[in-house]
Amino acid sequence: MPAAKTQRPPFLKAAPNDQITAPNKLFLPTYKWMLLSRVLEDKLGSLYRSGKIVGGVYLGRGQEAFSAALAVHLDQAGGDVYAPLIRDMAGRLAFGEPLIDPMRTYLGSPLGPMRGRDGNIHRGRPREGMLAMISHLGAMVSVVNGVLLSRRLRGIKGQVGATCVGDGATSTGSFHEALNQAAVEKLPLVVAVANNQFAYSTSTDRQYACADLVDRAIGYGVMGYRCDGTNLEECLAVFGEAVSRARAGDGPQMVVGSLLRLSGHGEHDDASYVPATMRKSALAGDCLELARLRILESAWASEEELDLWKTEIVNQVDDALELAGSEPEPDPTGEAWCSLSVRHLCEGNLGA
Amino acid sequence: MNVTYLDAIREAQAKALAEDDRVFLYGQDIASFGGAFKATKRLAEEFPGRVLDSPISEDAMVGMAIGAAIDGMRPIIEMQFADFSSIAFNQIVNQAGTHFYRTGVPVPFVIRLPSGGNKGSGPFHSQSLESLYAHFPGLVVLMPATVEDAYTMLLDAVALDDPVIFCEHKLLYYHLKAEALPTNGLPIGKARIARAGTHATVVTASAMLHEALKAANQLAEEAWDIEVVDLRSAKPIDTDTVLASVARTGRILCVAESFPWGGLNAEVIARVVAEGFHLLDAPPLRLNSRDTPIPYHPNLWAAHRPTAASITTALRKLLGF
Repeated sequence: MPAAKTQRPPFLKAAPNDQITAPNKLFLPTYKWMLLSRVLEDKLGSLYRSGKIVGGVYLGRGQEAFSAALAVHLDQAGGDVYAPLIRDMAGRLAFGEPLIDPMRTYLGSPLGPMRGRDGNIHRGRPREGMLAMISHLGAMVSVVNGVLLSRRLRGIKGQVGATCVGDGATSTGSFHEALNQAAVEKLPLVVAVANNQFAYSTSTDRQYACADLVDRAIGYGVMGYRCDGTNLEECLAVFGEAVSRARAGDGPQMVVGSLLRLSGHGEHDDASYVPATMRKSALAGDCLELARLRILESAWASEEELDLWKTEIVNQVDDALELAGSEPEPDPTGEAWCSLSVRHLCEGNLGA
Repeated sequence: MNVTYLDAIREAQAKALAEDDRVFLYGQDIASFGGAFKATKRLAEEFPGRVLDSPISEDAMVGMAIGAAIDGMRPIIEMQFADFSSIAFNQIVNQAGTHFYRTGVPVPFVIRLPSGGNKGSGPFHSQSLESLYAHFPGLVVLMPATVEDAYTMLLDAVALDDPVIFCEHKLLYYHLKAEALPTNGLPIGKARIARAGTHATVVTASAMLHEALKAANQLAEEAWDIEVVDLRSAKPIDTDTVLASVARTGRILCVAESFPWGGLNAEVIARVVAEGFHLLDAPPLRLNSRDTPIPYHPNLWAAHRPTAASITTALRKLLGF
């Protein structure tokens, strides 16, 4: 049965819609987060190309299903913790990040969570369970472990931590140390490995030599899952099980999704190194378009409804841009220049 | 009661565990084994579930501490040797050091670094890394030189809302003794005049304080009156106390066990020259360990780092200018 036409999409809360009889009630809400992510990122890409965003823009195009399917199984209000990575716009939004946060962070607004001090994908709200990634890959996994250990020491049960890495991050010592650590402590950690075939321009045959990254789960002593990262239904089912098991106390879970990054590493990169054969393979399926077709084939919503959702989303993104774009820029004369919370120990003005 | 520097570190951790539920200890071999130097002896028994052995994963150890600190805990990490913290460098400087500035959320935790050389310890169990960590924003770097400071500064470090690199010197562990544990000490960031004098100032910290005091006592036999400043904190540096001392003496020698290029000595001298050039009667001098890896054989090691003898020689040069 289709969703009521007049109902606004539940953008700020991914609650399953009881009226939907899809195999997975989360399908339509997750699709909406994916669509919001795509529209928002298209806008960010065009802002970058027109010179309105400095630094870089890093998109999750093609990875929205895999990213959001994890996050919709997390409960931010219930204390779950999430450390998204570079291509997790969809997951961030699904977890509960306000739409204005990415817009403000990319534009460097002092009203955003990073206040112009950090930009683009390096944003978070740690007090609200969303950690702010650093650029060094694999480094967030042990930080999630730390939050989970803290919960355990305080006697809190039933909360999980999740993070996402790419195929490239699995080559780091940091990733290895942290996944092993989580396994030793049997922490409720879910690690999503988005195998998008390229770490910047380096293909997987120069990244690892095992037959399948999921085989590494055996070595770490954690539960491993494989899924088609272009297939939202499958992603939802696999992450649903992985998160449930972690929540139930079964220890770390590792989910490897196969997909293709449908953009460059950043918007400065034309990804010309991706072979044409791969671009035509099943890996290159656009998860958003595939999910749309699934909705239409199954008549979970009509084309008109989907168009309406998109229109609403475009309006929301435009509103967010208008708001963030009208805000003042950071003022260096008003900046505290203090990297410690204990102000009297700061030496921040030393070099000035 | 006779308390060693190592006892003080053990007792400070016991007190922190007893008085603050947010405190826990994480490191290699620290639980039932009690640590490579026994700084956590019997703490795992006394505080069940709060003294945890880690895998040999320095990066993940510090990452774990950061996550727990974000979540409101007060972890104390024991690096088995300061040297191995290089594996955790990224988490320390890029994750912990940037977190408060970027997000506004402080990360209160302590990393204990058993630092400095010892006979036969060689290149990988002897380093003094305070200058390295002090270079990065967002970290507090402490260097206790006495039993009393080891105790009160570690407790202060746990109470501080920011990440603290706690450089404790292995050479002081067993040999330095006090009558009793102190009830209070100087606040973090304050230097201490360890020996008052009028002819020259030695600015130093940690184990080098004791070499500097020996040198000062030796020169006292020749009627030289040397002032010795114990910095206690490599970051922040108590520039005011250093400048006030130089104002009294007109001469400064900085002594540190770390490598010579850049670092704490260079920083202190830069500040004195920039802010107190008019106070100087002689060019500032510095003594560091040599710019080679730290050698294994005791003969080579003793000639690699500053000693009372080399400090005395440097002071004679400074006084003769």
